[in-house]
Amino acid sequence: MDKTIDDIQAEALAALESAETAEEVGRLSVRYLGRKGLVTQYLRNISSLPENERPDAGKKANQTKKILEQAIKSAEKRIAAQQKTELVGGVDVTLPGRPAPRGHMHPITQITRRICDIFVRMGFDIVEGPEVESDYYNFEALNIPKNHPARDMQDTFYIAENIVLRTHTSPLQVRMMEQYPPPLRVVAPGKVYRCDSDLTHTPMFHQIEGLLVDEEVSFGDLKGVLTEFVQKVFDPDTSIRFRPSFFPFTEPSAEVDIQCVMCRGRGCKVCSHTGWLEVLGCGMVHPALFENVGYDTRRYCGFAFGMGIERIAMLKYGINDIRLFFESDDRFLRQF
Amino acid sequence: MIISLNWLKTYVSVETDPENLAERMTMTGLEVEALYDRLAYLKSVVVGRLTQITPHPNADKLKICRVDIGNKTIPVVCGAPNVQVGAKFPCALAGTCLPGGITVEPAVIRGTASEGMLCSERELGLGKDSAGLMALDDDLEAGLSLALALGLSDMVFEIGLTPNRPDCLSFIGIAREVAALTGSRLTLPALEMPLNSGAIDEMAAVDIKAPELCPRYATRLLTQIKVAPSPFWLQDRLISIGLKPINNIVDITNFVMMETGQPLHAFDFDRLSGHRIVVRTAGGNESFTTLDGKTHHLNEETLMICDAEKPVAVAGVMGGENSEIADSTRHVLIESAYFDPVSIRKTAKRLGINTDASHRFERGVDPEGTIYALERAARLMADVCGGTLIKGLIDAYPNPVEIHPIELDPDRANKHLGTDLSASEMQALLESVDFTVTQTETGRLSVLAPSFRVDVSRPEDLMEEIARLWGYNRIVTTFPKTRVQTRLPNRARIVKESIKDIMCGFGFNEAINYSFTARAACDRLALPQDDEKRRLLDILNPLTEEQAVMRTSLVPGLLETLQRNLAHQIKDLKLFETGKIFLSNGQEHLPEETETLAALWSGNRKPAGWHTQAEPCDFYDLKGVAESLIESLNVAAPVFIPLPADRAAYMRAGCSAAIQLNETEIGVIGEINPTVLNNFDLKQTAFVLELNLHRLMPMIPDVPEFSPIPKFPGVSRDITLIVDGAVAAGDILRCINDSNEPLLENVSIFDLYSGPPIAEGKKSISFRLMYRSSAETLADETINRIHDNLTAHLIHTFNASLPA
Repeated sequence: MDKTIDDIQAEALAALESAETAEEVGRLSVRYLGRKGLVTQYLRNISSLPENERPDAGKKANQTKKILEQAIKSAEKRIAAQQKTELVGGVDVTLPGRPAPRGHMHPITQITRRICDIFVRMGFDIVEGPEVESDYYNFEALNIPKNHPARDMQDTFYIAENIVLRTHTSPLQVRMMEQYPPPLRVVAPGKVYRCDSDLTHTPMFHQIEGLLVDEEVSFGDLKGVLTEFVQKVFDPDTSIRFRPSFFPFTEPSAEVDIQCVMCRGRGCKVCSHTGWLEVLGCGMVHPALFENVGYDTRRYCGFAFGMGIERIAMLKYGINDIRLFFESDDRFLRQF
Repeated sequence: MIISLNWLKTYVSVETDPENLAERMTMTGLEVEALYDRLAYLKSVVVGRLTQITPHPNADKLKICRVDIGNKTIPVVCGAPNVQVGAKFPCALAGTCLPGGITVEPAVIRGTASEGMLCSERELGLGKDSAGLMALDDDLEAGLSLALALGLSDMVFEIGLTPNRPDCLSFIGIAREVAALTGSRLTLPALEMPLNSGAIDEMAAVDIKAPELCPRYATRLLTQIKVAPSPFWLQDRLISIGLKPINNIVDITNFVMMETGQPLHAFDFDRLSGHRIVVRTAGGNESFTTLDGKTHHLNEETLMICDAEKPVAVAGVMGGENSEIADSTRHVLIESAYFDPVSIRKTAKRLGINTDASHRFERGVDPEGTIYALERAARLMADVCGGTLIKGLIDAYPNPVEIHPIELDPDRANKHLGTDLSASEMQALLESVDFTVTQTETGRLSVLAPSFRVDVSRPEDLMEEIARLWGYNRIVTTFPKTRVQTRLPNRARIVKESIKDIMCGFGFNEAINYSFTARAACDRLALPQDDEKRRLLDILNPLTEEQAVMRTSLVPGLLETLQRNLAHQIKDLKLFETGKIFLSNGQEHLPEETETLAALWSGNRKPAGWHTQAEPCDFYDLKGVAESLIESLNVAAPVFIPLPADRAAYMRAGCSAAIQLNETEIGVIGEINPTVLNNFDLKQTAFVLELNLHRLMPMIPDVPEFSPIPKFPGVSRDITLIVDGAVAAGDILRCINDSNEPLLENVSIFDLYSGPPIAEGKKSISFRLMYRSSAETLADETINRIHDNLTAHLIHTFNASLPA
């Protein structure tokens, strides 16, 4: 035997320490621990030693073997860490995968679905209607006669004297009541149009209308349904308040304010430092509407509500410019 | 409506702080949209004590004053005559914005530094005197702000009134509400009402020729008045709510209108021919010049105030140049009238004039408030403008407005509102805003609305009054009783929404474009003259030419979207939109609204990466989308038919197709042609798909039909045919399918080749056919026989050959 086992061990450890590639470590592993490796041979040769030296030498050689196995493992680890990307077979799991197609649904579609979903769970059906409307459904039947100042509340696009682009989704209230007998529970999402375009208005936007008609429906029930809605679409602990207002087709009428979702009611730019945001208009269905569609006003009553979907989407996503919804900038769409 | 708190306090005492009052007003229906102190600038005007006065070296009339402003002494250059050492005057510090529009800033005046401005009453908006500085009491501490020193502030409430509350377009109206919600008393200026006769009858006359448009017209006459600027208190009242003082007569009519809500008009009596007022509609072809100098053409519906000869005012809208108050006016006739709201609104709309008067008349003024306002104005004029108030008034009121009682059932009101109020509680709430209420024997309430509440006519209106005064937020929140029965879900919507899901799954982003487009969009799309998409519906009052008609295709919107994105260097785009297109049936009719899907693919097929070379998308990419979409909807495979050049419109002929299902055209697909790309300023090509969802929807089954999973193995056989280059692959496929071979399960194309060694003008197409029986494992001989027959049939039909 030329070298002592200690020499072999020292030499191997030094070589492993300076090894720089996985291949080198592999070669060293073969050189020392392989079938014909130095340590393996040493172990085989123990039988040729004097009998009294054999136990010690065997013990020592086995220790060396263990030490080298450890050293090889740690050398491999060290090199793997140094050269993460260098692979021996297999794949580089860190390379980006081939992208699967992924489209982005418009935020208005997503919010509309959320809103509808909440009302569907409360038993409302989803209905839709024409966007070009007769004056009758858009105004007259909603208790807004011609030459009434309430017409000033909405800037209207006209097609003809008696045809307009609907200014709200409220015509669906009348259309649904004409089509179905009570009881009725519907929500109607859709596009609406106003002759108005500036920083905070687009000439087209989306609304969702709600109508519930039944026996014994109260303003308290309206509050319940809308509170439930607001707390489902925003946070469950969102405060809500009802403020008297005016719509010709509801009586009593209310605006619904929610606690500002941006500042949690402390006051900020979004809520004009009031702590409140106006999000919904609502009220008890005006008896004139029931008369227009032939519902029994003694037996039935109901409530209606409407909201701007862009407004809800802007608050939910923190979007600060309504015009972004209609520019279809890919950099915008990809965020949703 | 703008309200000054100081002015408001002359009718009602306000103990609570302005913020709290604003909150309570908002919560009872008078939404306070802004609240601010109009005298806030007095916070940076301080009491200044003059410690030294030296002449200005470079100006005779100016003096350099040392002004003690409490914490320090500053130099102020001043030209006022009444400066005096030891005296105290208001000193505006740098940064103060004075009501005249001056912002005080440190300055060098003729070589001398001046760090503030000593002010007169007039400069501070606190009085008329501009002759010298405003003298302040000696016991005021130097440096104290004028706001604190004199206790000056005036909170201004900007109230967003809903159109149903014309009664609140006045200080008294707001004060009434404030009194009701704070529990304090409303105090009106006390007036003794004049007799409906007197000397005035000898001097003037009123003749209403259109009583349905003018139910009431009252006047009083003042003689020998003197037109002059108003006294400071009156000017200040008007300024406090943003009105411009003009002269004492006009200012009083405006003041009383703001106080009572009743618009008034003052005529120069000398200029009224015949000293008569005639109220009539305009004759045909009349024109009239209003006092803003504009001439208007009148129509037969326009209600006019005339004298014995000519019109002198557009009733309820604006007076005429020919009778307006001038400095020389000696005698004044005051008009206080009630006009039909609809008539005034029509006239104001038609003439394009919106005045404080028309705003109130068209919403409805108090028909019983006519005389009070008239008398208030007459007395003020007599006080302020001198002159003699002629005894008596003329009150032409042929048919007094009747107010009918409304019956309210308290039980029904409670059910409607979800409240639990007693009849007496309801009565008290209604009485707090001047309703007259009596309880009937049956426990109901008989309610008379005050004449100024023109918005109240039904029990529901009373319920709203009760609810808002009780407080909406005190009404207990409950839930409706649920019913179990439901209607069938809305299929059309479900399909539309699932199409959006599928398109997103294919990697398309959803766009939403405006439903209106330019009239020129059809030409930009190169649509044939007889194309139905030229059935444009016009918007009569579009915002811009680019939004002047309703869209008849979603394609222009998508091309514009592409253009905008390209401008931002976004070149790979997969977009879709679902929405309606509108085909006109004539302007007077509702259009056809057709639910449509359009998709656009432009740029690279896939983002380039380490695994993918950038390759431009092509026709087959989008065709695959169309096929997969239709397949996802469980509809039979569509047929694609090449579009002839005259029908391809915006698409490239030879690279476009109609899509048919069951012989019905449901859409088109193709590449945008170069002319149209150019029209939309596009520098790269795009592929477009349009589907008519309205036609597609009825073909979509509710659920797909199940067929049993095969038990026996299938056998596949290939055919490669060399055919003429012009032969359509689809024709060969159809021929194979039309063979109606029962064992043929499906066929696909797996290779397409042209080029050597295949002769020029020819191509080779390889088909894989799958045969299967549901009853047995097929024997080779059976398949071979069928397959050989089919091969022979194809060779014959398409003049094909087999590869060598």
